[in-house]
Parts: sequence; C-alpha cells; structure tokens
Amino acid sequence: MPHAVTVTLPGQAVAERIRSSLPPAVRDATDGYVVLEPAHAFEAMQFIRDDEQLDGKYLVQLCSVDMITRIDVVYHIASLAQNHIIEVKVPADHEQPEVPSVTPIWVGAKLQEREVYDLMGVVFTGHPELTRLFLWDKFPGHPLRKDFMALPGGQKPGLSQFPKQVPGQTGGEFRPRVPGTGE
Amino acid sequence: MAIKSDLVEVNIGPQHPSTHGVFRMVAIIDGERIVDVKMVVGYLHRSMEKLAEERTYTQNIPFTDRMDYLAAMTGNLGYVLSVEKLAGVEVPERAQYLRTIFAELQRIASHEMATGAFINDCGAWQTPVMWCFRDREKVLDLFEMVCGARITTNYMRIGGVAFDIPDEFLPALDRLINDDLPRRFEELEQLIVGNEIILMRARDVGIVTPELAINASLSGPMIRSAGIAWDIRKADPYCVYDRVNFDIPVGYNGDSYDRMVIRIEEMKQSLRIIRQCMSDLPAGPHKVDVPLALRPPAGEAYSRVESPKGELGFYVVSDGSSAPYRWHVRPPSLINLTVLREMTVGQTIADAIVTLGSIDINVGEVDR
Amino acid sequence: MIGALLAAPTALVTDNWWDIRDLSNLSGAILDLIEDAGGPGWLTYVVGALLGTLGIVSFIGGVAIINIWIERRVVGRMQSRLGPNRVGPFGLLQPVADAIKLMQKEVLQPRVADGLVFTVAPIAFTVPGIALLAVIPWGRNMVLADLDVGIVFLFAMSSLAALAVFIGGYGSNNKYALFGSMRVIAMLVTYEIPIVLSLLGVVMFAGSMNLNQIVLFQADNWLFLIMLQPLAFLIYFLSSSAELNRTPADLAEAESEIAGGYHVEYSGMKFGLYYAAELINAVAVSTIIATVFLGGWWLYKIDEIVPGWMIVIGKIYAVYFVFIWTRGTLPRFRIDQLLAFAWKWMTPMAIINILLVAGEVVLWEETGWSAGLLLPLYIAINGAMTAVLIVAWVRVMAPKFQRYPDRPRMYDGIDVPSLPAPASIGPTAPGAAPARRATV
Repeated sequence: MPHAVTVTLPGQAVAERIRSSLPPAVRDATDGYVVLEPAHAFEAMQFIRDDEQLDGKYLVQLCSVDMITRIDVVYHIASLAQNHIIEVKVPADHEQPEVPSVTPIWVGAKLQEREVYDLMGVVFTGHPELTRLFLWDKFPGHPLRKDFMALPGGQKPGLSQFPKQVPGQTGGEFRPRVPGTGE
Repeated sequence: MAIKSDLVEVNIGPQHPSTHGVFRMVAIIDGERIVDVKMVVGYLHRSMEKLAEERTYTQNIPFTDRMDYLAAMTGNLGYVLSVEKLAGVEVPERAQYLRTIFAELQRIASHEMATGAFINDCGAWQTPVMWCFRDREKVLDLFEMVCGARITTNYMRIGGVAFDIPDEFLPALDRLINDDLPRRFEELEQLIVGNEIILMRARDVGIVTPELAINASLSGPMIRSAGIAWDIRKADPYCVYDRVNFDIPVGYNGDSYDRMVIRIEEMKQSLRIIRQCMSDLPAGPHKVDVPLALRPPAGEAYSRVESPKGELGFYVVSDGSSAPYRWHVRPPSLINLTVLREMTVGQTIADAIVTLGSIDINVGEVDR
Repeated sequence: MIGALLAAPTALVTDNWWDIRDLSNLSGAILDLIEDAGGPGWLTYVVGALLGTLGIVSFIGGVAIINIWIERRVVGRMQSRLGPNRVGPFGLLQPVADAIKLMQKEVLQPRVADGLVFTVAPIAFTVPGIALLAVIPWGRNMVLADLDVGIVFLFAMSSLAALAVFIGGYGSNNKYALFGSMRVIAMLVTYEIPIVLSLLGVVMFAGSMNLNQIVLFQADNWLFLIMLQPLAFLIYFLSSSAELNRTPADLAEAESEIAGGYHVEYSGMKFGLYYAAELINAVAVSTIIATVFLGGWWLYKIDEIVPGWMIVIGKIYAVYFVFIWTRGTLPRFRIDQLLAFAWKWMTPMAIINILLVAGEVVLWEETGWSAGLLLPLYIAINGAMTAVLIVAWVRVMAPKFQRYPDRPRMYDGIDVPSLPAPASIGPTAPGAAPARRATV
C-alpha cells in the first residue's frame, strides 16, 4: 500500500534495516539521513535497491556538498511503489575523493555522477565513462569546491549591502564556512 | 552477406534548426542507421549553483527563471518550496491557490511549445507550431498582466507570490480557459491526434520500457508514457493539488507518440485544475513577510515539483547565514537524456530527431 | 477596329492580328511580314521560335515572382498568421525584396566542391521546367512545339530536373548535401514509374501523345479527363509531389533534419535560382495536370470568348493552390515509408488502372458504340473502381501498428507496479532495444 504523501523514512529505521544485513556499512544515522561507510557503500546501495522493505528502485537524485573537511555525496533514493524516500550520504576525502559508482545499480546515476566529477572532482570508481560533462577536458580545477577561485580583493557580489556584523554570525568575506555553526 | 561500408560520424548540432537549444549529438551512422550516439552538453553552462552561494535566498529566485526558461513559474515554485521547507515558512491560502493557477498555466504554455516543436521535428512545416504558439501567446499575455514579464517571470517569493492579481486578471483567465483554449485544444486534437503521418513517424520510435524508465530515474511524460502512473502532484502534493480533482494520462507503449498525446491530455487536465482553483480562490494576503536576507536554520531540505519536463527537485543546504551553503537542482531534462543512446541506437537519423523532440529537453536546465 | 470591338463585346475569337485572345494571330502576322519581305525560310522558323520562347519566358518570369508571394501568403493564412505584408501594399513587393537580397549576397563556393558541377546544377534544374512548357497548348492554335510525342518529352524534362538536384548535392562535397542527394535519387527512380503509368491511361483514351490532341479529345467529348480517370489523377498528383520535393515528400531539403539537404552549400543567387526553380517546376507540373486532366484551354465554350491562355493560367493556379494546401498541412514522410508508398501503393494501383482503361478502350473500338453512350458509363465505372480500390488497399496494406489506442489512459492517482530491476544493467540495458517500426 503506498503512502498517500511521500514519506521520508527516518534515518534510524533505515540504518537498522541496513545493519540487519550489512552491519559494517552504516557509519552514522540522524533523523533525516544515513551515513554509509565508503568501503561498503556499493553493497549497501545494492541492498537498498533489492530489499523489499526499503525497495529503493528509483534514484531520485545524487549530488555532492563540499564540507571543508570532507566531501559528501548525497543520494536520495525513492520507492515509487511504496512512495517513500531515503536519504543516504557517503563521505569522501577532501583532497582525493573516491566513491564507488552506483551506475551499475541505477542507470540514472550515469550523467549525474559525471556532473559531480566535473564540478566537484569526485572520482567514481566503476563508472563506465567518467569524463567531464559541462566543462572542457583541460579545465583547471573543479569549480564547485569552496576553495576554487576567490574573487580579487576578497570581494563577493550580491551580499555587500547587507551588514557584515550580525550578532551571532560573522559574514561578508568569502571564506569557507563550517556548516551547522553559522561561522 | 553485408556490404562493408564505412561508419560516418555526423554532428547534429549545436546549431541546428530542430534541437531544442544548443545541444550537440554526435551520431555514428552506417548508411542511415545509427550505430552509436554521444551527446555533448555544456554549451549553456552558467555555473548557477556556484553563483547562488553568494546571493541571498531571494536573490536566487531569478536564477530559477533562467534554468528552464520555458517553464519559469514551476522553476520558481520548486525553489521557494524547498526554502520554505528549510525555513519553516507558512504560506497563506490565497498564495497557494495562486501558485497552483500559475503553475498550471505554465504547464499549458510549456506543453504547447513542446507539442509544436515536436510536430515541427516530424516535418509539418510549422503550421502546428504556429497554432500552438497562438495559444501560448495568450497565456504569456496573462503572465505579463500579473507580473510584467512573459518568460522569466520571477513571480514566486519565499512565503507567497510577488504581486496580487489585478482586477482584470480573473475575467481574462475565465475567457481563456472557458472559451478560447478548449476550442483550440479540440482543433489541435483533430489535426494531430490520430493523424496517420504522425502515427507513422512517431509510433514505435524511441521506446522506453518500464523497467528501464524506473532504473534510469526518468520522470514526467517520459515515465508516464512507459505505463507507470507516477506524478509528483499526486504522489507528493504541494500547494493545493490534494484538494483539486484531476487525472494523469498514462501511455501504453513508451514511444514518442505516447509522449505527445500525454502532453496534450495534460494540457486539458490543467484547464480542469485552473477552473477549480479559480472558483475556490480565497481572499487574504498574497504573501507573508519574510526578511529580505532570510537566515534559515542550519540544515538541509529536498523538495520537488512536477514541472512540465519532469520531476524538478531542489536540494538546499543552509549553514545559518543569508546565502545557501549549497544549492543543487535536480534537472529533469538532463536525467531524461540518460536513455538517449538506448532509445536511438538502431534507428535512422530522422527518428533520432523525432525522439529528441519527444524527450522535450530544455538546455538551460540541462546545463544550468 | 476599336469601334468593332466595343460594338460586339461578346464576339467570338477572330482572326484579326490584334485579337490577342489567340496569340497565333499576332505571331502569324509577324511571320507573314517576314515571308512577304522575302526573308529566307530559316529566318521565319527562327523568328517563330523566338516569339514563342519570348511568350513562355515572360510568363515564367512573371510566375516565379508572383508565386513567391502567393505561396508565402497562402501558407501564412493557413497557419493563422498574415504572411508578408510589409513590403509594398499587401506585401506585393516581397518577391522583389527577396530577389534584391539574394542578388547582393556573396555567392560562396567551397574550395573542395566541383566548380563546374556546382555552377551548372541550378541552371540544369531551372531549364527543364521552362522547356517543358513548350509542348503545352495554350490555345487552339497556340503551341510552340507541336510534338507528336509530347507526353514523353514531359517525362524526359521532369526527370532531368530531378537529376539536377542530385548533381547539385553531389558536387557540393558535403555530407549533408550527399544525404539529400541520395534520398532524391531513390525517390526519383521510384516515382517515375507511377507517373508514367498514370499518364499512360490518359494517352490510351486520347489515342495520341500529342498534348493538343489530348485537349481536343476532352473538347470533342465534352468532359475533363479527371472525370474519366480519377485514380490516375490522384496517383499523378501524389507522385509528382514526390518528384517536386514538396511536402509531404520533401526529405531532400528537410530543414529540420539535415539542415537543408542538397542546397546547404548554396548561397546568393544560385540558391535563389534553386528556390525559383522549385516554384517553376511546381508550376510546370501544375500545367501538365491542368492540360491533361483538366482540359487545358478548353472550358465548355467559354474559350471562344475568354482567351484560352487565361483559362489555362486559371487552371494552373487552381492546381497550384492544392499543392500549397498539402504543403501547409501535412507532416513529412520518412524515406523508407515514402519508397514503400510508391512501390506498394502507387505502382500496383496504376497498373490496375491501365488494365481497366485498356479494357474500356478496346470495348469502345470494337463495338463502335457512340461516345455519348459509353463515356458516361466509363465515368461511373472508373469513379466506383477508384473508391473501391482505395478502400480495399487501405484495408489490406495499411500499416498494422495501431495495436494501442490513440489516446492515453487516465489515472486518478499514482499506480506503480513493483517491477524488478533490469537483469543486467550497464550503459546499455538489454530489454530496451527499440522495436522495429512498421513500414507502410
């Protein structure tokens, strides 16, 4: 019976389910998402797809977030038949990120992984054709990273008219921010 | 005993009268059959996701106009829905109804363009294009009436819509959806649906099987043509879609003809939705007051809308400051292109053009 | 003499040299002048030919200009838009503007293209279209070249025009132009047969290949051959659409597919010549249809008052309007569907038509019954046979892809079957191979 409205499955429940079959695969779980161990990420994804309860046959989207100390690859996986969504994150090293490719599991990841490789520099091992998607082959660097190309003079467009000092938050200069702390 | 012939590499695009924007396909053909196809995108890459990290949430709304530039309202809508989910903003009733009306009007406009361009790809010398654009012009006139712009509307705001509708809007809308458009859709149907030549050109061309559709994350008319009844407006309703009655068209065969008739049917269902919203439109404020530099709490949110092209999703990560820390768009056009090779290998170039037209890509969204 | 004309406004066509309703009077007077002045025989012949050529070429010049305007305006109205209306009143000077634009453009020729072939091709495309108007009777005594094999001359000239399209594309040294040319040759060879076979029925009835004789046959028997041969008319109309590369069969220049086809490398006035020549060829084919099927200069005694050539021109434009009508409405066939249409539909039906006509003609000659008795009977039989044949053919031969309904099914909510993932996934998943499309 599908849910009437799409439900985001709580991370702890999903982590329990994955742990029941692959104990070392889960590193952490919050209310919204599950963090997987990169070494076992591929089997965990396969399990998510083939399990009857999780039923993750449909990869909604995959993207990447640069969290200064690491790069997170975020997957949203859905079950159309049961109408729920699971969010999964796979952390990767910041300097040389490598994550197993899920293209053999979901074909829909093919172009999205190329985009992540192009813009963030994450290498997906096992991808059939990992080349840059938007930028040309010799483009120096990966633009979406936080440390790519500061504007001259430390300026940044758009926010200059807002007060730089707000109680509880510093802002206004272009620098990588640590998420969750507001700094 | 096959005659050995050389494989020819033919470039289709990026400038081409028929592809929908600057999109390049390199087809390797043997005679007239395609053996392999490779696509090259990125001619319109504008690094919107990087630019958005330097702008406030409200300043990012015009970016969403320009991604899928033929369906700006739904782009705006998806983005403000995700920010509202992140920041916990409650939208007043009137704004919800207005958002639904404009999203459906935008669906009509975008599908008119898609249908016209598709039949142009089939070769009908622009007569259906002109007819479809005639109706699209009327919808764009309504957009101009309410927000001043026809295509890059920038109409949705975090917490509601930008302007309330003027007095002459509802009578004009009533005229449009009760007199003009039903008649025009009937004419279009008589000309196109069941037309022998279009059937010959588009039936069994660009087939998608249901298993491949789910596995390749297709959405929108692509997945519905394969026989899977999946629509975000029904599965994950936003705005007032859970309060209106409408049906979703689902195809049989997964080919280009199915996608075309699905789009025409969706336009008619949009009329139904707009009628119900118009009659139930409540009074009230059209937007809540949200600070100009909104600072949502740290966290992340993913929300999606059913744009005319498919499932348009926005993943926003906030770190508590006034600019998004990371903003990612799930582009339906790019993901629908995943199966381009499977759909076109083994067909002729003419069929490949028809297939590409039926996927209905928008390069602004593919490249961002 | 003006008084004589004014006094009897409905006078029949006379032999006076100033009566332009029969242009042979004028040319006859000039030639008599030369002969009386003692000119050699060949001079009379040459001057006669020149006069006729002058008439036809001036007609074609006017046609090329006016038809540009007509085509764009009529197609525009069909697409519920206005068409050109800025240049001159009602856009009438639009062709002039087009001509000026094309003449002042640089004529680019790719270095790798074959120079001679590249230049000759547009000319070779235009000339046959004009030349075939020489055998058309414009009035009772107005034929420039009264060939006894007029119909064969027509076939030769229209094939020549299509051949010129091919050499234009081939000589451009361009992949896309080559595609266009290949398609054209395939279509040319295929559609020659239905064209020839359909006109053969007409020839059998008229008993001669001389076009003036065909028109006289229609005049003597008080009918148009389209009534007697509806199937031949349809086959000829559709097949010559294909020969002319007009929609629904215009793949050779399919703009939305291969960006221009055989004329992609042409610019400036060479392209202008291709464009004008297409219109001229369309008019030439319309002329053939107007003469052979619609009675030419004869129109139930009206041709004794109104000039014959005006009647012909009126009929030409009526047929031309139908060409424009199909162009504005129908989408385009694919090449294999087009060829299948010729081989499996046009050719067999043309052959059946000839069998029928042969039977009828033999019956007429053997029994010697009067035409007034037999011809209405034949009209009825042929009309019925056409309808029966078309319906039967569609039943038997129409493509069988309609195993799905035309419209989608409507769902009230989501309904996703729980399908297994595809067995082996990779970049190309099996089970996703495109099914064979049905060819006609």
